[in-house]
Amino acid sequence: MDPAQTALLAKDIGGGLATIGVAGAGVGIGNLFGAFVSAVGRNPAARDTMFRDVLLGFALTEAVALYALVIALIILFT
Amino acid sequence: MAGPSIDALGQFRLTTGLGPVGASVNFTNSNEAMLGAAVIIVALFAVGLRAGAIVPGRVQALVEILYEFIRSMCLDTIGEDGMRFFPLVFTLFTFILLGNMIGLFPYFFAFTSHIAVTLTLAMFVFVFTTGVGFYTHGFKFLKFFVPPGVPGWLLPLLVPIEIISYLSRPVSLSIRLFANMTAGHVMWEVFAGFMILLTASLGVFGIIAAIIPLGLNVALVALELLVAGLQAYVFAILTCLYLHDAVHMH
Repeated sequence: MDPAQTALLAKDIGGGLATIGVAGAGVGIGNLFGAFVSAVGRNPAARDTMFRDVLLGFALTEAVALYALVIALIILFT
Repeated sequence: MAGPSIDALGQFRLTTGLGPVGASVNFTNSNEAMLGAAVIIVALFAVGLRAGAIVPGRVQALVEILYEFIRSMCLDTIGEDGMRFFPLVFTLFTFILLGNMIGLFPYFFAFTSHIAVTLTLAMFVFVFTTGVGFYTHGFKFLKFFVPPGVPGWLLPLLVPIEIISYLSRPVSLSIRLFANMTAGHVMWEVFAGFMILLTASLGVFGIIAAIIPLGLNVALVALELLVAGLQAYVFAILTCLYLHDAVHMH
């Protein structure tokens, strides 16, 4: 295989490896909503006030997954 | 690769807007969307607040809900003098929200999907909050980097960490918004590309199978609508938190 093809192959493998970081965000979002569900189970009256914080936490956690995506895009398209 | 391929990032390419006049001053489609967002906000408020009725109509109710939402956010997060910064937070929130939402429509441009735009907004927030901190506290603001109640021998370790985390604020603020919008639009493009690939390669069966990515795209529109509002909210509330830090030092 010539070097140019190897470089393309390595790019694809690197892009794929970069998406492993999304697993952490999956754990985080699962934790977040799991804690939210059990908290609502204990105190259903506080649901609305808690849900705002959960949304903020969700956005912050999701952003971590997107950092991995940005790295993958940088590897693939530059 | 044979046949049609997916050009996921082509939708973010800048083109000139407003015809030959726009081309001569480098007015892009991104600027068109920004101008559109600003005009929509101003028009919404002009129409909504013209009547000034005690029992609000639909548009007035929308405007009042927006105002009340940001007002309570400012007061809850920054403190009782939060209304000083209300115009800034409100402008940021509505501008980003409208920018995200304009981008959801086909053939429209999401200017928040460009890092240049979001980094400009984030750097403005960063410089502004730092300025507010120094204006309010003078050089005592530097004590912000010294966490209270920490033994002295830990300080050489903790102060650099605090400074780095402070300096990374504009980076995380800008990349969060940019990456969310870019990822959403790329996902749309990829699933729409699946439809073309399926119909091109599998014929009639492919057309039937293409219903699945189409349905997924419809669901993604709902998700992106949520993300559009959520990211504007996150940007605004983080601005409020940074302002709270600058005004109250922890």
